[in-house]
Amino acid sequence: MDILITGLLLGGTYALIAFGLNLQYGVARIMNLANGEMIVLGALAAFWIFIADAISPILTMLIVAPLSFFGNWLIYRFLLRPLVRRAKNQGQLEVDSILATFGMAFALVGVMVSIHGEYFTYSYLAEPFEILGETFALNRIVAFCFAVLIGAALWLWLYFTRAGMAVRAVSVSTEASGLVGINVPQLSAIAFALGGAVTTMGGTLISTFITLDASVGVVFTMKALIIIIMGGVGDIRGAIVAALILGLVETAVARLIDPGLTLAAAYAIFVLILLFRPQGLFGRKPS
Amino acid sequence: MKLTKIFKSAAIGLTASMLAVSAQAADVIKIGAVAPKTGALGGGAVVTQWPNVELWSKQVNAAGGLSVGGKKMMVEIIEYDDKTNPAEHIKAAQRLAEVDKVDFIVAPYGTGFNLAAAPIYAKYNYPHIAVSAISDKMPELTARYSNLFFTLGNTTSFSESVVDILKDMRAAGTIGNRVAMVNVADAFGIELAEAARPRLKEAGFDIVYDKSYPLGTPDLSPIIKGAKESNPDAFVAWSYPPDTFALTEQAIIQNLDVKMYYTAVATCFPAFVGKFGSKINGVFGAGGVNQDSPDIQAYFKAHKDITGKDADGWASANTYVSLQILGQAIEGAGTLDRQAVIDYIKANSFDTIMGPISFEDQISNRFWTVGQWQDGKFRGVKSSQMDGAAPVIAKDGWN
Amino acid sequence: MTSADVKQLVWGAILLALAACVPLVANGYWMSIALTIAMFTVLSTSWALFSGPTHYISLATAAFFGVGGFLVGTGMSDYNVDYWTMVVIASLAGTVLAFLVGLATLRLSGVYFVIFTLGLAEMIRTLVSWIQNNFTGSRGLYVLTDLGEVDIYLHLVLVAAFVYLAGWWIARSRLGFAMRIIGNDETVARHVGINTAFSKVILFTFSGFVASLVGALIAPRYTYIEPNGVFSPELSFIVVIMALLGGTGRLWGPIVGVIPFALLQEYINANYSNYSTLVLGIAFLVIVYFLPQGVLGRLEQLWAKRRQSTW
Repeated sequence: MDILITGLLLGGTYALIAFGLNLQYGVARIMNLANGEMIVLGALAAFWIFIADAISPILTMLIVAPLSFFGNWLIYRFLLRPLVRRAKNQGQLEVDSILATFGMAFALVGVMVSIHGEYFTYSYLAEPFEILGETFALNRIVAFCFAVLIGAALWLWLYFTRAGMAVRAVSVSTEASGLVGINVPQLSAIAFALGGAVTTMGGTLISTFITLDASVGVVFTMKALIIIIMGGVGDIRGAIVAALILGLVETAVARLIDPGLTLAAAYAIFVLILLFRPQGLFGRKPS
Repeated sequence: MKLTKIFKSAAIGLTASMLAVSAQAADVIKIGAVAPKTGALGGGAVVTQWPNVELWSKQVNAAGGLSVGGKKMMVEIIEYDDKTNPAEHIKAAQRLAEVDKVDFIVAPYGTGFNLAAAPIYAKYNYPHIAVSAISDKMPELTARYSNLFFTLGNTTSFSESVVDILKDMRAAGTIGNRVAMVNVADAFGIELAEAARPRLKEAGFDIVYDKSYPLGTPDLSPIIKGAKESNPDAFVAWSYPPDTFALTEQAIIQNLDVKMYYTAVATCFPAFVGKFGSKINGVFGAGGVNQDSPDIQAYFKAHKDITGKDADGWASANTYVSLQILGQAIEGAGTLDRQAVIDYIKANSFDTIMGPISFEDQISNRFWTVGQWQDGKFRGVKSSQMDGAAPVIAKDGWN
Repeated sequence: MTSADVKQLVWGAILLALAACVPLVANGYWMSIALTIAMFTVLSTSWALFSGPTHYISLATAAFFGVGGFLVGTGMSDYNVDYWTMVVIASLAGTVLAFLVGLATLRLSGVYFVIFTLGLAEMIRTLVSWIQNNFTGSRGLYVLTDLGEVDIYLHLVLVAAFVYLAGWWIARSRLGFAMRIIGNDETVARHVGINTAFSKVILFTFSGFVASLVGALIAPRYTYIEPNGVFSPELSFIVVIMALLGGTGRLWGPIVGVIPFALLQEYINANYSNYSTLVLGIAFLVIVYFLPQGVLGRLEQLWAKRRQSTW
């Protein structure tokens, strides 16, 4: 039981870091290698504001979200749209966006290091919370709750609003969406910006229980990439399920087998799922 | 053609910097320093290494410079960020030697980097006073590189000291025989765990939980829960900074009730007590410092005043000491000739903030191994030949 | 062999001979740059042999490179096997691994393949750390040899010669022909009767073999091998990026990306060290925006323009 809850909590953390990239890659077709740096930016903001004014990271998250939305929208509009326009096919765009976001990631790390080169660590809600007789960290539980909220909000928006339907249409096919009158460039920009905002929010939440520093973004980028591919590109349910599976597997292995094999087991599951279902859990078979 | 433009400006840039270097004024001692400012070890180096380079050079220059054979020479630091990348570090080391033509170098940060750079510094015969390099192959390495000196201790001493503390606490009746041990699955953690296991068994301890975790594990609560379930008297973790913080946070939340709790690297960092406050009173960590020594107190104050940062409770002082040794050796030898300085280091004793330091076969045997947080200060409790060890206290809950 | 072929071989031989002469003129600093260039040239070119024609971007380079370096380290340090024996063993192990991974190319494509290779490399990294922790339990992997930078550089130039020869031969063979068709449209290739499976696996295995050989040859340079260091995913990304920058359309495309990028990186690190990460990122962005087809692509465009203007 303990394993289940701990695993879910960890899965929630993973879901947080994957939501944003899912939108950015699934809809805007940008393989954003600077995703991890967005997480770290959120963490840096939370750390800074908490240390300076003892303001709760939850509040910081609400402040940071619109800023990140706007910032990411600008990035898409000025840095990424030219690449989208000149790409002759999907493969070309992927290559270009990989290179460009890689450069962005470096630039962001450089900026953050000059702001604060050491570890961002502070204590927020690092208290025990009991569920069914087992103790868990309150900060992780709070983060999980927000992950659920954000995930639910996204899901509702995607499946129950017109705008969300348009976004899902774009993730299925950009050409066909254009044909039915959807403003693909505008929606892609919104999706990218929204993805960035969600990612940064995830970063502020994660910073409450994980010690980060300016250079650790790449680890999160890789984890996020693995989750969205495992879940199948473009489908938010896939990202959620994949994140939870990973969280549960890692925790189960840590408790029942050997903590040294957690990451190896997680990647093994990833590899196996792809070998048996090459398009990911919820992905569409390539036509 | 944009390409040739890039090439041209690169070529001009490189040539210009080389010319500028050779036209340098001759009354400055150039000292090179390569260490991480970004990358996995950046966070640690920014706390332990870089501030000491800044502190020492500013202090030396404020006093008019080093006295070399009767002439006062100022010190100029040429620094590079190796981004925690060994290939990058090697290039930077070569750059310092061939392009910047530095007179001396500050040793790198991290065992792997000290070793990767050792052949290069040996080739140019720079005195290489290593600090953050812990290895059990020191005799073999010093035999190979006659310019290499070690100051922080070896793997065996670090694990032995922890076992000694356990033995003392058991003899005093504070703890029993049950020890839970975990380590980060990286060279450092693996080596220390390897060294500790046989010694614990020999001393009659029962290792009731013995696991490793990968570097970068996001959730260490399963480890703490597993350790707690094994009902230990003591908990020892051979850990790196992120996990030192994470394990301790989990230990507090899960209320891991042990009278002896040890995490390795970064336990001595100001950020550790900054995050946990009084809860970590009694926690043991790698390193240590004599908080009562007036030299150390003056050093801490100067560190804070000049760099704006607090020093850590372990390698900060050692790094400063290595620079003191370099400075005194240059002054003592009275020349910038590297071999003369190396010979001087081998033959003499140095007056440092950690007391007198001298080298036996290029190894210094005076260093702290274990420290403990006592009332907000990280005090050395176990060492190899250091004075001023504080008495050990038992951990009493996590409040 | 046509006369064009002979000309290419002669050119190649001349350039390689020049490369081998670099140690005669370079001092320690330029030697270490040359060594880095040599290493990335071999890695990027062998990577492009597979990924160029098929458009399957592999991020597994670090896995093979790491296996090479790690096995050399552990063999020499824990089992006292000599260096050259370990190089052979390490390359063989890398080849077997590459073969197994290559089989995966038969199931996956596109971005799924890319991230699959990334996840695989990470899995191998953590697995190796675990094995080292629980079984070999080594006291740090020390690779102490008498090989200096010049020796390692010459080894790499030799491997580069081998890779270029192999690439040249493949391009002229049925295999190369098959790869080009696969790259354009895999379904067509299969319908035309090309054994796509065999082609893909063979080439992927070859590039993995080269990567592990390079990892083994480079190990003496670092003296101290840490699994988390040699399996660094950053290496995979840099190899891909250098190859893409140079252009994967031709055999000598990647080196055109490696050399300027390595020099640019060195320039930035030397002069803007405190901001090197930031400046490097900006340089990257500039390159992506002004050199969309990679350096090679831009060169070819300008060459084409020059040709047009002489009509």
